[in-house]
Formats: sequence, C-alpha cells, structure tokens
Amino acid sequence: MRSAFAWVAAAGLLVGSASSASAQEAAALRQEIDQLRRDFETLKQQYGDRLTALESKLAAAEGAAPVPAAQPPATPPPTTPPAAEVPAGAAGAGGPTGALPVYGAAVGGAKVFNPDIAVIGDFLGAAGHNSVNPQPALEMHESEASFQAVVDPYARADFFFSFGEEGVGLEEGYATLTALPGGLLTKVGKMRAAFGKVNTMHNHVLPWTDRPLVTLNLVGGEDGIDDAGISVARLIPNPWLFLEATGQVYRGDSDELFHSSKPSDLAYVGHLRAYHDITENSNIDFGVSVARGHNFAGIVDGTDIGNFTTTLYGIDGTFKWKPLSRSIYHSFTGRTEWIWSRHQQFGGTQKPWGMYVSGDYQLARRWYAGARLDRSGQANDASLVDTGGSFVVTYWPSEFSQLRAQYQRTNYALGSTANQLLFQFQFSIGAHGAHPF
Amino acid sequence: MKRMTIVAVAAVMIAAAVSAQSKLTVITTTEDLASIGREVGGDRISIEAMARGYQDPHFVEAKPSFILKLQKADLLVAVGRELEIGWLPPLIQQSRNTKIQPGSQGYLDASLGAAILEIPTGTITRAMGDVHPQGNPHYWMDPENGKRIAKQIADKLSEIRPADRAYFQQRLADFTTRLDAAEKRWLAQMAPYKGTKVVTYHRSFPNFAERFGLDITGYVEPKPGIPPTPQHTLDLINEMKRQNIKIILVEPYFDLKTPNAIGRETGAQVLVMPPSVGGTKAVTDYFQLFDYDINLLVEAIKKSGAK
Repeated sequence: MRSAFAWVAAAGLLVGSASSASAQEAAALRQEIDQLRRDFETLKQQYGDRLTALESKLAAAEGAAPVPAAQPPATPPPTTPPAAEVPAGAAGAGGPTGALPVYGAAVGGAKVFNPDIAVIGDFLGAAGHNSVNPQPALEMHESEASFQAVVDPYARADFFFSFGEEGVGLEEGYATLTALPGGLLTKVGKMRAAFGKVNTMHNHVLPWTDRPLVTLNLVGGEDGIDDAGISVARLIPNPWLFLEATGQVYRGDSDELFHSSKPSDLAYVGHLRAYHDITENSNIDFGVSVARGHNFAGIVDGTDIGNFTTTLYGIDGTFKWKPLSRSIYHSFTGRTEWIWSRHQQFGGTQKPWGMYVSGDYQLARRWYAGARLDRSGQANDASLVDTGGSFVVTYWPSEFSQLRAQYQRTNYALGSTANQLLFQFQFSIGAHGAHPF
Repeated sequence: MKRMTIVAVAAVMIAAAVSAQSKLTVITTTEDLASIGREVGGDRISIEAMARGYQDPHFVEAKPSFILKLQKADLLVAVGRELEIGWLPPLIQQSRNTKIQPGSQGYLDASLGAAILEIPTGTITRAMGDVHPQGNPHYWMDPENGKRIAKQIADKLSEIRPADRAYFQQRLADFTTRLDAAEKRWLAQMAPYKGTKVVTYHRSFPNFAERFGLDITGYVEPKPGIPPTPQHTLDLINEMKRQNIKIILVEPYFDLKTPNAIGRETGAQVLVMPPSVGGTKAVTDYFQLFDYDINLLVEAIKKSGAK
C-alpha cells in the first residue's frame, strides 16, 4: 500500500514536471508567434505605406489620376442596375481614399487637412479734406488672412489675421465647440463681440469703405469690441421666430473703449437676436445688446484711481428683401443701429448717444448703390455731436473682387466740415469660408 | 376588465403617438433631393428642402430660419461638389446639431455615389471663372444619377432606422422600376433628335445633355458665374449662326435680356428650362422635371426644324 502511494506520488511529480516543461515550451512558442505577428504587422504597415506613396506619386505623375475613373462609363444602357454601374472612382473622388482631386499641383494625402486659406486685400484711396480724421491718399489699408478648418469631431477653428502696412494683428482667432450638449454654441478665443451688427462684421463685408461715426465715437474706434474671451449662444425655442441669446465674457481690453487694469476688470457683452421671415423674399432681424467694461478715464499716472466703467446699450434692426427667383440681380438691405453710452469719468457720467441709418439697393447683378446717415455724440463729452452722410456705389467684377466709391460729408463738432471722396478696391484669393447671415 | 381595456387602449394610443412622432426629420439643400428622398422615405420620414427650385442654388442666403430647420434634423442631404459652399457650412455650424455635422451619420453628400462630369484636370485658377474644383454639381439632371441618389438616401435611412430597412428598400426598388420605365420613355422621345446643338446660359445641363444626346456648343456666360459680356455675346451669335444653332436653354433664375437678344439675332428659341424640381409651377417632382424639360425641348426642336 505504501509503495503504491510512493508510485502515485512519483508519477504525480513526473507529470507535474513534464507539464511545467510543456508550459514553458508553450510560453516560448507563444512569444515567438507574437514576435512573428509583430514582424508581420510592421511589414504590412511598411508595404502599405510604400503602396500609398507609390499611388500618390502615380497620381502626381498623371496630373489628375482620379478623373478618368470618376467619369461615368460611356452611356450605359438604361436597364443596367445602378449599383453595378457606379464607377469605383466616383466614390473615391472626394472621399478619403485614393488620389484626390488635383488643385493645380500634386496633392499629398496629408495636405487635405490643411486649413482653408484666403487673403482679402483692401486698397483704399482718399481725396478731399478731413482735418479731424485724416486719411492717406493711397493705402493698402488691411489685408485679412484667414485660416479655417475643423479641429476634431468636437470643434472647428477660425483665424483671421489683419495685416496692415506696418504690423500684423490677430483680428479673430477662436475655436467653436459644435458638440456641446444643451444646444450651446460656444466660442473660445479672440473674437469680435456680439454687440449689434456692424461690430461683428469684418471690413470686407461692410457695405461702406469705413465704419459709421457711432462705432468710431462710442464703440472704441475701427476695431470695435474685439477681445479675448468666451462666448455662449443658445437658441430660445418658441413657435414664432428665431430667437438667440448670447452671453460673452472678455478680458476687458478693447481698443479705446475698454481697458483692464487688473484681472477682475472683465468686460461683459449680452445680445438677444430675433429673426423672422416675413415672406420668402423678405425678412426682419432685430437685436438688443449691452456691453460693460472698465475704461481709461480713471487712469492717472498708470494707476486706475477712478475705476470707472463704460456701459453701452444698443438696438439694431435690419430689413432685407431679395426676390428668390431673381436673387442674383436685385436686393435691398435697410439697417439702423442706435447706441447709448454711459461713460463714467472724473466730473460725472457722460451719456452720449449715436446712430446710423443705411440703405443699400442692388441695381443689377454687379451694381449696388447705397446711402448712410450718421449721428453720434462723443464718448467723453455728450454735448459734442458729429453728424455726417455718405453716398456709396459698388461694382463687383466677380464674386472675388469689388470696386467702391463713397462720397462722404462729415460735420465735426470740433473742427471744420470734411468733404471726402473715398475709393476702395477689394480682392480675395483662396478659399474664404462663407460669412454668417 | 373595463379598467384593463382602458389601459390597453391608452397603451396602443401612446404607442401610435410615439411611432407617429418618431418620423425621421430629413432636410435637403435642394428640392430635387427632397423629391427623391420623399419617394424613398414615404410616410416614415418628413422631408423638406431649404432652397427653392426657382432659386440659383449657388447663391442661397444663409437665413437663421434655416438654422431652426437644421437644428431638428436627423439627416441632412446635400448636393455636394461645393454647390452649397457659400451658404451651407455656416448653417451647419450654427445648427447646434451634432447629428448632421459633416462626417457624422446624419450628413449625406449625395455626390459621392453619383457619376460626376467636368472634374477639372491640370491647373485651375479663378481666371476660369467660378469653377467647381470637384466637378460639375448639377449631376441630378441625369435619371441614372437620380437612382444613385435614391439608393444612397435609402441606405442612409436604413442605417439610421434599421427597423424600417425593408420598407425603405422596397420603396427604393419601386422608385427605381418606375424611373427606369420613365427613362426609357424619355430616351425614346429624345432619340430622333440626338446630336441637336444647343447653347445654355450656365453649365447646368452637362449630365442631361449626355444622357439625352444634346450637344452643348456654347454658353451665354463667358465663364461660369461671370455675367455675359458684349464681346462674348457677339462671338456666340456668330458661332450660333455658323453652326445653325436654334435653341438657347436658360435656367429660370437668370435674366432673359441677353438670351433674348441673342435669340433675335440668330432666330433661336429661348427656352426657360428648369434644372430643378420647383423651377416652375408645373414641375412638382423628379419625374415631372424630366417630363417638362423633354416636352419643352422636343416641341422646340420640332418647331425649329434644326438639328
């Protein structure tokens, strides 16, 4: 009995050692297989890469390789089932696989991720006399370079640099988060604030060569409220109209309007926009805005003693008419903005106000005529009121360039009346994204 | 028992209400896509187009009211090939709808499965006018592409709503059969006039011309998107006289002044030919688009006696 036990134990030991040996062997084998698999993957990757490189080279050599592929087969019989007939290239032309459409040169795969790049030139000429706000006779006023692309599935980015004759400025540079819950459209970066209409517009989309007096006097000069911050906009659901509320927080530095002396001197902008289609040819757009920030008035010898603020209230209204079936030939835009300022300074609060009214009519496919009336008090002295008026004619040789002439007369409260003839030539190259309505 | 019945009836009513509510909301950029989508989606979807058929689809205004439509959409179908580049991207961006962002499941570029003509080769610049670097976007003017658009929409709807796959595929098969029959009829109508030379205003009809055997020899526009110039008009008149071209096709959204002047000089007929559903009142769906256009053409060719 005892010996039997011993035998069994011995056998057990043997089996145990044998199985441990085979386990070791198996592990080694597994390792080897894994190594082989890795090698194979690397090899596959290498070949794949080489194949892609070759394909793109081939595409480059042929100039427009996808074209013949994307052409439909020569008049196929109408009874052919459509699935079989779709040429292989049709799906690829524009899709991420295969060679891509060639824009002037060979395109490597990675280049498709380059942002859309455009440059818009703004050449200005001025004749006449203006002692208050003199303008050079000829000037390459501003060139706007834009870079726009999708960042990832959650955001897109838009950059607009303005190149003056001397320096470069970041006019806007922000990310738009498109995938936030709750219907919140959020922008983070430097941007033009949602205060009224003109403040949000880039120079090249203005219907004039300059900005209204009220922008120059009360909303901080040519650049307006343009600052680094965060913007959140939400649609307010209702059965009647498009209603959008926007809230924005900025650092508090905007041209000559806001100045931040300490981190807590933030500027705030709020905007409520209502839009309604009157008919399919006409619509109305109405907005109320408010902006508040610290100003320069309290700064003495570099310290903000006064800690003064400026608050702006604005309303804007736009009526647009565009007959759909002749939309490329005739249109009309009538617009007005009214702005009230509460400007704190030593000696009390100044309460100037200003406004403009404008109308632009499209006479023909390439011709526009318009007029604008201006009136504005001055930010630090409401009793000084500047008034003016302009006539504008614009000609569009194509969608990508425009010529403009503007006659302007301005009665300045301080200084003589200015009579000026302004000329503008704008031209754009590249892929400039469409602007919001 | 009575109570049970009430509960059962209520449950059925709620179920019905839920299924009625759960119609997929589809927004298309043009009325052509909406018409094809309606054929395929039937009563399981509600579908609406943004641009009107009598409107130039290149120049639609990105109105905020479109944002409201896109906000609620389950699926956005676009023509693609940069036709909507001037107005659709800001609308999608402001829609606050993650479902329809390009690259998402609810965004369909119908051109990706269609046969596209006039893809530029070599260097292109804007000196050539408003060229579409990815080819001519007016591809729906060929019924073969109509079928391809329908198939893509049916597949996309099935992908979003797998439970209704059979329904969508059945409707697709039915639409394809009807379109095949109609296409045979249209081809037969046009067959005697194969090779008829025409001039068009804009490059809206290459797919139509290829399918139905028209020979487009010139354009009223000197270059795509550039309005007519006197010199080009003069050259065109001479060329039309030389080749005895008796038909000018004009999209409904273009001014007729220059085409009419050319018509007077050359004796050619000016036909306002809708390239889209809704381009004229009579054209209310995709079948009627071809019915209308082909009847218009055949009548005009017969009248002119030219070939």
